[in-house]
This record gives sequence, C-alpha cells and structure tokens, in this order.
Amino acid sequence: MVRVAVGVKRVIDYAVKIRVKPDGSGVVKDSVKHSMNPFCEIAVEEAVRLKEKKIAKEIVAFTIGPKQSAETLRTALAMGCDRGVHVNVDQAQLDALTPLQISKMAAKIAETEAADLLLMGKLAIDGDYGQTAAMTAAILDWPQATNLYSLQHNGDSATVEREIDGGLETNEIKTPAVLSVDLRINQPRYATLPNIMKAKKKKVKAVKPADLGVDVAPTLNVIKVAEPPVRAAGEIVEDVDTLISKLKDAGRI
Amino acid sequence: MKRVILQKSNFLKQGVRAAGSKPIPDRSDSFVFGLFNGEINPKNIFPYPSVFNQEQVDELNELFSASFDAFDGTNEALENDLRGDLDPEMVQMLRDFGLFGMQVPEELGGLGMSNVQMARMSEIGGELDLGVSIYIGAHQSIGFKAILILGTQEMKEKYLPLVASGEKIAAFCLTEPSTGSDASSVQTRAVKQEDGSYLMNGGKIWITGGGIADIFTVFAQVPVQQEDGTIKDKMTAFIVERDFGGVTHGAPEKKMGIKCSNTAEVYFDDVRIPAENMIGEVGEGFKVAMEVLNSGRYGMGATLNGTQKGLIKKATEFAANRTQFRDKIYKFGAIQEKLARMHAEQYASEAVSYLVANAMDHKTENYHLEAACGKIFASERAWHCCDETIQVMGGMGYMFEQGVEKVMRDLRIFRIFEGTNDILRLMVGLQGLQYTGQQLAPIAKAAKSPIANAPTLIKFKMDQRAKEKGSKTAVNDLKQYVDPALHPEAQKVGEAITRFEVASKKILQKFNKDIINQQFHVKRIAEAAIELFASSAVLSRATAAQKHPTANKEEEILLAKTYIFDSLKKIHGALDQLTEQDESHWKNMAELTEKMVNADSPVLGAHPTELIHK
Repeated sequence: MVRVAVGVKRVIDYAVKIRVKPDGSGVVKDSVKHSMNPFCEIAVEEAVRLKEKKIAKEIVAFTIGPKQSAETLRTALAMGCDRGVHVNVDQAQLDALTPLQISKMAAKIAETEAADLLLMGKLAIDGDYGQTAAMTAAILDWPQATNLYSLQHNGDSATVEREIDGGLETNEIKTPAVLSVDLRINQPRYATLPNIMKAKKKKVKAVKPADLGVDVAPTLNVIKVAEPPVRAAGEIVEDVDTLISKLKDAGRI
Repeated sequence: MKRVILQKSNFLKQGVRAAGSKPIPDRSDSFVFGLFNGEINPKNIFPYPSVFNQEQVDELNELFSASFDAFDGTNEALENDLRGDLDPEMVQMLRDFGLFGMQVPEELGGLGMSNVQMARMSEIGGELDLGVSIYIGAHQSIGFKAILILGTQEMKEKYLPLVASGEKIAAFCLTEPSTGSDASSVQTRAVKQEDGSYLMNGGKIWITGGGIADIFTVFAQVPVQQEDGTIKDKMTAFIVERDFGGVTHGAPEKKMGIKCSNTAEVYFDDVRIPAENMIGEVGEGFKVAMEVLNSGRYGMGATLNGTQKGLIKKATEFAANRTQFRDKIYKFGAIQEKLARMHAEQYASEAVSYLVANAMDHKTENYHLEAACGKIFASERAWHCCDETIQVMGGMGYMFEQGVEKVMRDLRIFRIFEGTNDILRLMVGLQGLQYTGQQLAPIAKAAKSPIANAPTLIKFKMDQRAKEKGSKTAVNDLKQYVDPALHPEAQKVGEAITRFEVASKKILQKFNKDIINQQFHVKRIAEAAIELFASSAVLSRATAAQKHPTANKEEEILLAKTYIFDSLKKIHGALDQLTEQDESHWKNMAELTEKMVNADSPVLGAHPTELIHK
C-alpha cells in the first residue's frame, strides 16, 4: 500500500465573473466566491479512488495559502483525504509566489510525508501556469507523468494514459512519482455535509514556508493586470462598394 | 337562527385554535400579541438577534455553499416537473448530504441543526426547486416531526436514524375528505383491542409522500368510554409503519405544481398498531398536530426567502440586459417600481423569518402568531415577487424553459397548505383581540362599580382618549431601538401601532364575544398586525446592519425606507376599512353571496346584450 500526497489550491470560483481592480494591481478577490481549483478536485478524487481500491494507505492533502484556505483543505478531507498540511502564507504573499517556490514547498512536503505518489491538478485556473507538477518532480528527482487521462497503479509502478494530439499515449512510470491530472480522468464527488462536519475532526498540521526551508521573498513583479480589450462595435455599410472602400481605408485590403 | 350562529361560532373557535394550539396567554412577551395592546415587546425582535460568531457564520456559509453547489449540479428542476418524480441520483445526493434529517441529533444520524441553521439551508431548495423543498420538507418539517419533538426516547432511537438517512420517508396524515381547515373533525378511527394494541381504519387524502412513505404520523379518533357510560371520540396521534400491514395508497395525484413531490391518498384497513406507537396520550392528538404544524410553519417562510432571491436575480438580470425603445428596460420607472419593491419585500420577508426561527431556538413559548405572520407574509410576498418577475420578463417569463412559470405553479400551494392564509389570518386577528380583551377585563369589571373604581376608570379613559388623539403613542418605545437614519419611519410605525391598538379595542368593545363571527373586520385587523410586525422587523434588521462592518449600510436603509413606506399604506388602508360605511359594504357582500348561492345560476347580472330599455 502506498502513501499519497495531494496538493489543493483555493481559487476564485470558476463561475465568478472576474473583475480587475481599478488600480490594475490584480483582480478583485474580497467577498468573491472561492472554491477548490477544479483540477485539484480531480486530483483529490483520484487519490480517494486509490484508497477505495485499497491501493493507498493514507492520503495527505496540503495547501499553501491564507487562513481561508483551511476551508479548501477541509473540502479535501471531506472528500476522503485523511490528514491535512496547511502552509500558512497571507494573501499578499500568496499572490507574489511563483510556481518554483510552490514546487519547492510541495517537494519538501512530499519528502516529509514520505509520499509514494504526489498527485496534482494539471494547472490552477487562476494563474494558468501549469508548471508546478513538472518542477516539483524535477526538484524531487522523481519521474513525472502529466495531464493524465487514466491511472492504474501496479504496486511499484503505474500505467498511465495521456491525451495527446490525435489520440491517447500509454506510459509506464516507476514510483515514487509526481502525477498531474487532466479534466477527463474522473468526475469528482461532492464533499457532503456529514463529511464536511466529520472533516473538522481530522488533523491539520500548520506549517510556515520557513519550516519547509523555502524563501518566499517575491521574485516576480507584476507590472499591470488589465481586462481583455473590449471588441469595438462594427459598422453596417450600405453596399459592396462602400465596404471595399472602407476596407481599403482601414488598410485591410 | 340564533342557535345556529352560536354553533357555527363554536366550530369556528376550534378552527381558529386549529391553526394555533396554544391557549391565549395572560401576559406574553410576543411582539405580535403585544401590538394589540399598543406595547413594544422587544424580547425577540430588538435588537435584531446576533446568533453566531464569525467562525460559526463561516461554517454555516461553507455548509450552505457546499450543498448549494451539489444541489445545483445534480438537480434538473424542469425535468422533475415534467416527470413528476425525482431522479434517483438527486435522491442519493440529498441522502449523502444528510438533507433528509437536518434537525435530527447527530448521534441519531442527522445533522443536529438549529432552526436558524435549517432556515438558511432551506433557502437552497427554495431557490433551485420548490418541488424538492417539499419532497424533503414534508418528510422532516411535519412527517416525522412529532417523533422528534414529542416522541419517547425509544421511538426516537427506533425511527430517527431510518428517516434521517432518507432510507425511509415519513408522511404527516391529518387531512381527510371532510377534514380541511377544521382539523379536529377527523373520521379515521383507532379502536383499542384486548391486547392493548389499536386497530386503525380510515383514509387520508392529499398526503405529501403518501405513496413513497414507510413511516406515517396519523391522527385518528379513539373511542373512550366516559364515566357516565357514553362513548366519546378522542383525537390521538400514532406512528404507523407501512410494514404493520393494511396500509395502502392511491395513485399519485395530478397537481398544479411541486410535481416531483408525491401526493397520494393513504388508506388504513385493520392496521394493528402497538400501544407504544402512540404519541402523547389518548385525546392529545389535536395538540400534537398543532405543535407539529406550528414548529414546521417557519420552514416555509425560510424556504421562500431563497425563492424570492432567485427570482430577483432573474428579473434584475433580464431588466439589465433587455433593450427596448433604445434603452435598457431597468431605466424605466415601470420596471424600477417592480424590481425595487420585489427586493424590499424580500428584505422584509427574510427579516421576519429569521426572527421566528431564532425565537424558536430560544424556546420562546408563544411564537405561533409570529410564525403564522411569517408564513402568510412570505407566501404572499413570494407570489407577488414571481408575478412581477414574469411581468418584467414579458413573454419570456411565460415560457417553460425559463423556469419562472414553474416557480409560479409551485408557489401557489404555499398560500394554501399547512394552514391556509385565511385561517391563519383569523387566528392572528382573533387570538390577538382575545389577548387584548383579557387585558380589558379588569377595566370591564371595574366599570361595574364605577364610583369605587373611579381613579382606575378615569386613567383608562384618559389614556384611551390620548391614544385616539395621537398625543400618547408607542413612538418613543419604538424609536429607542432604531437607528437615527430610520427615525422618521419609526415615528410613523409607532403612531400606526397606537392607531392599531385603538382600533382593535374599539371593535372588541363593539362586538364583544361576537367578534368571532366578524371575519371581514378580523381579517383587516390581522392584515395590519402582519404589516406592523414586518415593518418593525425591517426597522430592527436595518438598524443592526448599520453596526455591521461590511454590510451595505446605505442600501439597507434604502430597502427599509422603501418597504416601510408601502407597508404603512397597507396598515392604514386596512384600518381605514373599519368604519360604518365599510360595514354596510360587508353587509352588501354577505347579501350578494347569499343570493349567488341560492339563485339558479350564481351569475346574477342580466347580459349586456339583453338590456332592452325603452
């Protein structure tokens, strides 16, 4: 039986219409509905299924974020993870973190928790970087398989399928390994009310980035965040000749 | 003729009691009872109750949003409506989430929620599918409620885990073909057998969940031999299992709305019920039924808060995006009036619901008038909200796919079941008047020896006169609890409370005991009481919001002002209808009804095309 670590991130809910702050320093996050990154939900589901198949012995869910991230961690516990690790950083620190710093922390957690598998979503829908799983594998010097379509665990190795252009690619990978999951690998379950209430009794270890030996000093400077440009209104012309002359004037033909 | 009227009033009295079991209290800290005396009883209304700390608020929001997302992601409201059934996947979701037993203690398999917590959760079904609300609501708000609040420990341990998980569905069986609003007239009988068990025979109609339930709370007459040898029927409550044998049901009823919830007739043929399945004692059935209905009533108001919010979102979104006459339609006064009023009424409705839920959590003894006001208020405001949403959306709102016409069909029943609004109005009016009548009793007694009691009588008369002239009002009693921004409104509501007290006492002095037969009057008194309660709840809620760090302070003041302005018009409108002229109007209507019923055809006017006059 294996030990699984799974990373979860609290992001603005996918259904929320994102608004940019008037000063262009970022997006509005206060009083906006947040939930677990959908790809992280899929990773948690995959981990829980490993446990239900009696392949995984224990699942440790971890998150890096402000105190509200405890709720995201609780959702993971309610879905079936056994324990939690909460790396506390405040919202401002979190906003300035890069995937490399996140990966260093994730690698350290995978080591301390003696994980055999580290499961992650293929990307978080807020930053859209999609780098964390790959970099974590590099830091750990573990094999990696990303964007999984299916996962079958065989004891000391795993058979995975990945969606590639024109079909599916099947790979065999040795464990311990870092695996990131794509959309179609499963349909995550809901964290039910009784389980959310029970999850409150599950253990969550609070740690700081320094405990993991990771420097969280900002290395990335965001210059400006802006709304996508609004499409300019079109114009209705009377006939083909006008159309041609307009296009010529605009330098399109 | 006189005798007939007297009999009618006795039956009616029971009917009015039917809606609220409690005897009239001598002295009550209930706000609504107090209104009839011109008093502000602040206990369960001012300041607006602060129930939770931040952590508990976050926790409830977490449970709410987890359930909302799962409900929304699993349920197909329009499918349910067409199929007249609930998808098994949805039933499973409700079971997984523990939504069949929100108030059952955790150790018996439920979520152990308070009334306030359950009220919040009820908003989900209210917004997303009222059919589902009834599916799970009839089960736990009334179906097994008697076991939960009045059952023995053995009963609780035996049944609650089964019903909390949704493994077994429970149904509340009171209504019979001849037993509607008059709840004490049930015909189903349970006769005691030699071995101590009871043998039940009879039939019930319109039982929510009747076709799918396994556990029934049934009300039946138990014949008991009196000391003088005569037999008297005593209404008694029983828990009946389908497995006892002899329990059958009819086909699902076809109905206007809430179609995914099952409604059916349930028959009991020689059903043998062990004695330990009686709830309470022989003869306490009526009391049991009323306790259950009173405690379940607030859930409907709570549910409809969600409905109103869902409708407001739909109407606002439509009005913000729909262009006509080269402008978004929300820019037009005709639409603004609708949207603003819908929101103000929802604000009031929500303010009332949570006062009631909180009063119940604090084991307040006399909350039944508030609960009745809340049910009437929410069901009528939600109906209005839906009607206006459809009007804002125009033809689009009338279309099935938009889902609003379904809401309207689903909503209609809320003004009818669990005590029709008409009966509840009579209950609010009559119980309130009876309460103030009790306060007047010592005065009436004193008046029998006027000389000896001159000081008391003079003080009473002077008070009365000052109140009539408006020089003595409830204004200051009310203002002390209200934010200065709303003092003009508090002033007017305070004055209206005094006018209401004076009007109540006047009609009571005029009709005395015959007030029970004056439904035209009682209805107006009740209407004013409901609105005064709602306006006061709004004053309290908006005041509390001014002290909350992140509330939309200005907006809440605007909502309160908007609501109270309309409400005062309704209050004075109702009280204006208690004049002599109105009385001749009521008499005309009574006479007209009499003629309609007794004529060959109830449509009495000669047809316009036949009006030949030379």
